[in-house]
Amino acid sequence: MLIGKPPDIQSSEITSPDQYAQYLDRRRFLRGAAAAGAAALGVARLAEIFDPGLRAQAGTKLETVKSPLTTTGEPLTSLEDITHYNNFYEFGVDKADPAKNAEALPTRPWTIRVEGKVKTPKTFDIEALLKLRRLEERVYRHRCVEAWSMVIPWVGYSLSEFIDQCDPLPSAKYVQFLSYYDHKVEKWASGQAISWPYSEGLRMDEAMHPLTLLTFGLYGQVLPNQNGAPVRIVVPWKYGFKSAKSIVAVRFLEKQPPTTWNDQAANEYGFYSNVNPNVDHPRWSQKVERRIGQPFYSQRRTTLMFNGYADQVASLYNGMDLKRNF
Amino acid sequence: MKRQTLILIKTLTWLACLVPLARLLWGAVTNNLGPDPIANITFTTGSATLNLLTISLALTPVRRLIPELSWLVKFRRLIGLFAFFYATLHLATYVALYAGFDLHAMAADIAKRRYITMGLAAWLLLLPLAATSTNWAIRKMGGKNWNRLHKLVYVAAVCGVIHYWWQVKPGVLSPLSITLMLALLLISRPIWTWNQRRKLRLRAA
Repeated sequence: MLIGKPPDIQSSEITSPDQYAQYLDRRRFLRGAAAAGAAALGVARLAEIFDPGLRAQAGTKLETVKSPLTTTGEPLTSLEDITHYNNFYEFGVDKADPAKNAEALPTRPWTIRVEGKVKTPKTFDIEALLKLRRLEERVYRHRCVEAWSMVIPWVGYSLSEFIDQCDPLPSAKYVQFLSYYDHKVEKWASGQAISWPYSEGLRMDEAMHPLTLLTFGLYGQVLPNQNGAPVRIVVPWKYGFKSAKSIVAVRFLEKQPPTTWNDQAANEYGFYSNVNPNVDHPRWSQKVERRIGQPFYSQRRTTLMFNGYADQVASLYNGMDLKRNF
Repeated sequence: MKRQTLILIKTLTWLACLVPLARLLWGAVTNNLGPDPIANITFTTGSATLNLLTISLALTPVRRLIPELSWLVKFRRLIGLFAFFYATLHLATYVALYAGFDLHAMAADIAKRRYITMGLAAWLLLLPLAATSTNWAIRKMGGKNWNRLHKLVYVAAVCGVIHYWWQVKPGVLSPLSITLMLALLLISRPIWTWNQRRKLRLRAA
């Protein structure tokens, strides 16, 4: 069904950097918008002062700094696709469901409980977490186990910065992340075979790796609810489901925690789930991926080992059989 | 039925059968096939195949129930060929857009992935049916042989539905409705035959 030959310059390569430039322009404009946008912005600021909850709203700008850990040379996936093509089963199994349903997620007030092998259990408020470190913009490739991929400009800081504040004991070998779950809010979850809340986990050294991001935003804005607001994990060298959304608890553990998709089908979704073109999913090959938002004739990409982050993370798995520990 | 009415209904059937293709072509031209165009093309062509196969299999039971609609048989070939057309597009999508014409990858897929093996089997079963769909072929083969060969459509439809179930995530129930429809149509045939025999026996007695 090929219709004509793909043009030498792919349309994506033209539009996406444009979009990005526009987005940078917009940010620059807003930063210096003392005069022109003053009226509108002023009203928004005043509203924020009287109702701090408004600050939680998706679309609110976040101040970010550049990061040396950002991925370069890839056109960004559009904000529209990043926010309307989601796997967030608590809000429905269809890719379009979370954008429709996740509005119900109450993102303020919001706290993260820290439990398990720590000096003292603590609770962190989202506002404090937002101020803990400078927020960085990190562009990462995002590879879903379903063989599609995106390029997303996340906003956050290394999870290790947060873990340092948690004072884990030396006996802590794993970290478990629990997502928000309320069956009255997430009405779409109860009909599924999955046992909620969504649980994910990392080995301690994976969690402490600087690429692992505690994420508060994307495209320079507060995370839209369907992308895991108000705070989520992003682990760019693993399949997307390892990056738990809407985190309410972080547990430090001696043993490997149970994780949602691994519990569902251990032969399909391993605990590690590192992006690995040499280990097929039982139902499809992982050697190639479809880039979201591209025309059908240029979607196909070769999947890279560790999603292209092998230089940074391969040493975490020295001596491990990655075919067995998939 | 009047010739003009027949032509009108045939035209409408053609147009209806072309709707999925038209939607895809329009989407491709306007770059509006959704976030994951390849998945969209695959799903659209696959569902069109199963839907048209099911419709073609429904014509005979409908004719038996409502003898006034016996003219529907004139549409069976058209709908069956459209089913094969979409099956071929579905296969081409896999070959071109998923496998990227990589023979090695395709061989590995067929050997390793049972849903691909099953899908290919379904297409291969439809191929001789499409090839013998002309009046010439029917004459050449003789009605009896032709009918016997074209019973393969049941096997192809069952393979197609299994292909669908094996492809979706465990727990996903989207293939359920087409499966129930097909099951109903398949069961209706032996029941009909059994009922006819009973009537004959009663008459004989």
